[in-house]
Amino acid sequence: MDPASTLPILLMAAWLVPLASFVLIVLFGKYMGPHGKGAGYLSVLAIITSAIFSLIAMFGVWLPNHELPTSGHGDHNGAVSSATEESHAPTEHAAEHHETEHEYPNYSGDWYSLGEFGDLKITIGYYIDALTVAMFCMVSVIASCVHIYALGYMHDELHEPYIDHEVTLSSGEHLHRKGRFYRFFQYLSLFCFSMFGIVIAGNVAMVFVFWELVGICSYFLIGFYIERHSASAAANKAFLVTRVGDFGMLIGMMALWASVGTFAFGDMKNEQGEVTEKGLFSLLRPEEHHHHLAPPPGMIAEEERMFAGDPDGESVPAAVEEEHNTAGQWLLLIAGVGIFCGCVGKSAQFPLHVWLPDAMEGPTPVSALVHSATMVAAGVYLVGRFYPCFSPEALLVIAYVGCITLFIAATIAITATDIKRVLAYSTVSQLGYMMLSLGLGGWVAGMFHLITHAFFKGLLFLCSGSVIHAVHTNDMTYMGGLRKKMPITAYTMLIGCLAIIGAGFPLSVYGLSGYYSKDAIIEQAWSFASVNPQHAILKWAPVGGAFITAFYMFRLWYLTFAGKPRDEHRYDHAHESPRVMTGPLLVLAFFAIGIGWPIFHVNDLLEQGRPVGTLASTQGELLTNLTIPSEHDSHVPIIKQPAGIAAFSTALAGLLLASIIYLWRLLNPDELKESFKPLWGFLSNKWFFDELYDYVFVKPTLVVSHCAAWFDRNIIDSILHTAAAICRACSAVVDALFDQTVVDGTVNTFASGTWSLGLWLRRIQTGNLRQYVMFIVIGTVALFVTISIVQAYYIPTN
Amino acid sequence: MLSIPFANLLTEPVGVAHYVTVGAILFICGALCMATKRNALGVLMGIELVLNGANLNFVAFGSRYLRDDANSLGLDGQLMALFVIVLAAAEAAVALAIALNFYNNHDSIDVDRADQLRG
Repeated sequence: MDPASTLPILLMAAWLVPLASFVLIVLFGKYMGPHGKGAGYLSVLAIITSAIFSLIAMFGVWLPNHELPTSGHGDHNGAVSSATEESHAPTEHAAEHHETEHEYPNYSGDWYSLGEFGDLKITIGYYIDALTVAMFCMVSVIASCVHIYALGYMHDELHEPYIDHEVTLSSGEHLHRKGRFYRFFQYLSLFCFSMFGIVIAGNVAMVFVFWELVGICSYFLIGFYIERHSASAAANKAFLVTRVGDFGMLIGMMALWASVGTFAFGDMKNEQGEVTEKGLFSLLRPEEHHHHLAPPPGMIAEEERMFAGDPDGESVPAAVEEEHNTAGQWLLLIAGVGIFCGCVGKSAQFPLHVWLPDAMEGPTPVSALVHSATMVAAGVYLVGRFYPCFSPEALLVIAYVGCITLFIAATIAITATDIKRVLAYSTVSQLGYMMLSLGLGGWVAGMFHLITHAFFKGLLFLCSGSVIHAVHTNDMTYMGGLRKKMPITAYTMLIGCLAIIGAGFPLSVYGLSGYYSKDAIIEQAWSFASVNPQHAILKWAPVGGAFITAFYMFRLWYLTFAGKPRDEHRYDHAHESPRVMTGPLLVLAFFAIGIGWPIFHVNDLLEQGRPVGTLASTQGELLTNLTIPSEHDSHVPIIKQPAGIAAFSTALAGLLLASIIYLWRLLNPDELKESFKPLWGFLSNKWFFDELYDYVFVKPTLVVSHCAAWFDRNIIDSILHTAAAICRACSAVVDALFDQTVVDGTVNTFASGTWSLGLWLRRIQTGNLRQYVMFIVIGTVALFVTISIVQAYYIPTN
Repeated sequence: MLSIPFANLLTEPVGVAHYVTVGAILFICGALCMATKRNALGVLMGIELVLNGANLNFVAFGSRYLRDDANSLGLDGQLMALFVIVLAAAEAAVALAIALNFYNNHDSIDVDRADQLRG
């Protein structure tokens, strides 16, 4: 099969099936079975179809047609079949510095043109490479699990009426409403469609469209229990905060468009395979520069125009000429950071991370989907997709944002008691890891962590949903000892926890999926720090983060499943979830264990998707002492061994500390809380970010809007009321003077004239037949007489 | 002065003027009959007289013998008269039905009592 023709069709099918399901449920969802139950099955069927199409695209088209590179990277002529598992192990290989980069295939094109405005083309297109296919498989498999799980989890919604115990009406009763089972699946389908749209998109404009669609879907789903005040507030918060990021993204898009003049990622080719229009990637990394990032002439001209302040661009000052090598770099930085702003909002990075924990108000399957495969993954994915366009300085910004995020979020997770909030902060922290890795040049490591994280975080959320389903509370202080009641949930969650802390045998090739990706990130950080000693903090933050991650994840597990039950009543009613919910858990647990294993070649597949030109180590143009190292440099033993040991030992230390405090109770957590009270208060208030934003943004906005409201009500309204009163007075005068006398008088006179004429004429109508005959005769005679007179006197005779 | 046209009529050979004179007399008789009779049947008779006066005019004006017009067959007037006769028959049928109904309602066919449509 020819991948250039089959891949777009297969992935388009996978992309559009959820849309069809969404449309059908919107139109007929209510009538599908009792309480719309069939809608759930339709939605599940749609996403499984998508998954099948994606897997066909992966195993039937992509893999047979594109030989995987071996992990050795250096020996590209080695056949894949001869490579044993041993040879895939990164430890075995020394990196080579100036190896030739392979250009791996990508397919791009347009399906449909939405419109052309001058040079600006807005199209629905595709850009397919190994990353696209891998993301399609990951998203569709996880979404399938979540959909099936939701059939069980949302079962309550099938009851009629549904009683929402968290909403108390003014009458003191709980809210009774209709079940919204079908509505939930309708949004899930739309959500998957939007996410697939981002992944397959062939240009930035299309990404933005689906970006916003994902935003609106998350709004609907987070606010699914719209009657709960907290849920509707959380939905608004998520929508508004991500909008702040999207504003930056718009700026980035404008900077790109104004200077480069295209939105498309890849080159447009005609049927002969010749390039007709160059895309962003080949414009920014031209082939003649060996795919090194160089601002295109349009960007340099635009920047000179901006800085020289000369709109005609006639005289370029000498100063600009001198620093010619930095020309265009600032604009490139603006474009890169602008696009990254969108990712900050969507992927909940510092300082826009505040919405994600609140998004826990949505039903748990939504949280699982939002936190693993869709929404937050979209931001990291876009950074990865847009990677060739980020200058080293922009990458440094990304790295620092990721670093700050991973640390802050991890510390907050220590004190959270809501099981879903712990997981939410852990997601924020792991997203920080991904951003950090991408920013440090670890493209494969970051994308690899995105995929492994999606599986184990989806698993962890579905497990927490299972627990919540059993004990009807989110608060871990009411749980404990549930291991015996719900063994499948407990042990699959244990797998998820081990995967997220990166459990594995250090310096070997055996471990859970998180072991591979997290170690790769830490190696990349150490490799970066070794060439940039001034950024040593980027080396220690991920290691410290690994310690905290291990601590809070096992705190969560111990508090939930180990020890003695703290709420006997809830414990007695707890039960293992039905098979429709535990099945997806087992599937995801399998992936959480194994997806990172070298035997599955995920790493090699991603290596194939690496944007061309990004492997070589690059030097900053604005910050000349900044070097983004080649990712292969991180595999040298001198970096790999200490990094691996540091990652393992910190994770182990975190695990031990959690066990000491929460399992063996050698230290009393309450006493610890008492002795570290200021710190504990600081963390449990989430570093006071919400309060800070409340004071810095919300309160001033409210003050301004109160002022505006006062102005509106008192000044503008009174002006309007005065004008209205004047107008009324004037019209009263006009009414009295003109309308009532002249107009009414004319009309009344005419009417009374007509009336009296009629009264007079009525006398002629006597009803007397003979009189009528008289009239006829007299009339006839009069007619003849008149005609005779006229003929005789007024018509001349010839 | 008035004697001159009558004298002419009496001395001249028979022509259109004679017929028209007879028609006019018939018309006037009919009109007077309509105007003076209180009996509805009398009024109907008056109408018939008026119609026949008109018929006579048609025939006289159309006839080739009376008009010195050699080019026509002189049947135009006859045709008109036939139409009027048919019309008069139809009218008489309707009028007699009205009269009968009126009699049923009022025990009389005095047209002076039929003044309910007065203004």
